[in-house]
Amino acid sequence: MQPDVPSPPDVTWLHPSPRMWSARQAVLLLTTAVLLLVLGLSFGLTAGTTAALVSVGCVLAAATTVWLVLRGRYRAWGYAERADDLLVRRGVLVRRLSVVPYGRMQFVDVTAGPVDRVFRLSTVQLHTAAAATDARIPGLSADEAQRLRDRLAALGESRAAGL
Amino acid sequence: MTLDPGLPSEWARLHKLSPLLRSSRAVVALGSVVGTRQLMPGQHSNAWFDLGAVGLAAIAGTISWLVTRWRIHNGELQIETGWIRRESLRVPLTRLQAVDVVRPLLARMLGLAEVRIVVAGQGSGRTRLAYLTEDHAADVRARLLALAHGLEGDTPEPAERPVLSVAAGRIVRANLLAPGPLVLVAIVVGALALLAVNPTAGAALGGSAIALAVALALGLARKIGAEWDFTIAEAPDGLRLKAGLLQTRAETIPYGRAQAVRWVEPLLWRGPKWVRLEIDVARRRDRDRAEREAGASTRALLPVGSAEEAGWLLSRVLPGASVTPPPGSQVPRRAGWRAPLMRHNLHAWHDDAYMVCVTGRLRRCVVVVPLAKMQSVRWTQGPVSRALGLATVHADTAGHRFPGSAPCRDAAEAAQWMQLVPDLARDARQRAVKR
Repeated sequence: MQPDVPSPPDVTWLHPSPRMWSARQAVLLLTTAVLLLVLGLSFGLTAGTTAALVSVGCVLAAATTVWLVLRGRYRAWGYAERADDLLVRRGVLVRRLSVVPYGRMQFVDVTAGPVDRVFRLSTVQLHTAAAATDARIPGLSADEAQRLRDRLAALGESRAAGL
Repeated sequence: MTLDPGLPSEWARLHKLSPLLRSSRAVVALGSVVGTRQLMPGQHSNAWFDLGAVGLAAIAGTISWLVTRWRIHNGELQIETGWIRRESLRVPLTRLQAVDVVRPLLARMLGLAEVRIVVAGQGSGRTRLAYLTEDHAADVRARLLALAHGLEGDTPEPAERPVLSVAAGRIVRANLLAPGPLVLVAIVVGALALLAVNPTAGAALGGSAIALAVALALGLARKIGAEWDFTIAEAPDGLRLKAGLLQTRAETIPYGRAQAVRWVEPLLWRGPKWVRLEIDVARRRDRDRAEREAGASTRALLPVGSAEEAGWLLSRVLPGASVTPPPGSQVPRRAGWRAPLMRHNLHAWHDDAYMVCVTGRLRRCVVVVPLAKMQSVRWTQGPVSRALGLATVHADTAGHRFPGSAPCRDAAEAAQWMQLVPDLARDARQRAVKR
């Protein structure tokens, strides 16, 4: 399932690392397990086996839905480096595509949260002078993040334009 | 040293009367507290304590003046301030976005003015020189702008040519033809009617109605005061905007710094065929309340004017831009499912220099974004739009007042724009650099 963002013909899309999908799934699994344990035990001890089974069923159904949504979102992420600009696309329900010229870049940000660090992932974000610019690429492997950051910084410097 | 004309290359202080003005607000506030406390019966306050507080405020103002100094050095405006926490501001003059001269009422009485330097980025509220004498402020502004344009600092101030002024009567009428005053009239009429029908309920509600009416009237008066005597002058370094009844404000917007221009046609102005023109320069939204209010009231390029005047002004700021939709620029008919009230107003088009978006239900707004100033292009499509085969294209600029969004375009057209517009923007940028 590839989201139909208007993709220029000569573009090869790159995607976040598969480890990002593992990280998302691990977080989901952990949350589901904790919920199952807490809800199942508390209902089972206070309201009987039927209530416990119903609550477990609800949690499993919710987890499956979230899993499907997360998978769609993970597959929707994509980015492409063109000669003059960076393309970033994302989203399933609301689909988005950003085109950011390298010359407009103010700075590049590389961040990694606690979960990301466990899975050796980083998020690269490109900032321009416009607050609305939306060019964030999550779930990149550390090497790719570093490569992208250096490349963007170099391109931004060579093509810099005033405000 | 403050009497030296022009820009000091050595450290200089601000005008001697600055501490008086800067602490005047604190002194007035304290004074009113003291006054009410003295008038209140039965509450005996310590007069020495109050006097001491006023004195402390005055001393603090004086110290702040003593430790504040500024100079022009290496093409930078340098301001150092603060006693306990030293602060040092360095503003590269080539990054200057606009220069304002503000004269609050009290400063006007003393013949002083404040120079505000607008730069892209945060904290522009602090890059100010408060206060200088009026002549000195005008001189400083001219020299800062000359330096910003890469000329010698002592280039004489270019002659300005007044081109447009808005008559006071039109300002008043335009401000009255707005939702606020109508609400005011409705409140008064409603309160009177209620009073006639049911005196007890009318009296009970009358108090809050009066408070609301007073607040609305004050807001209206402030707005009229801020736009009073609006004149635009054309100078080689930019457009000069002057306005104000009690507090006057003179802004200079250098050419080529407009991030976007908005053309507004409010519903109630359709009769007299008036429009308002607003400009967006690269400036962050300020947290400082006074700055925000001032910015909100005076970033109008033209508070009210005829379509011809506004069109002429637009052509000065963004040459070649047009606000008349060309044929075929309207959104497809099926967009009515997505935006039933707005559809007839929704237009968008672009040429090789500008992207223009028309939106608005009752109030028609046209946003003109120069492609050379565009920071990024975005395409978004929600589930309803996808079902209808529509998509929205956004042009992001460094301005923060109005976004350039073209909603509900035909999906195929939007896709075509996403390929075309970034390339057009690149070419426009390169043209702008060469010029």
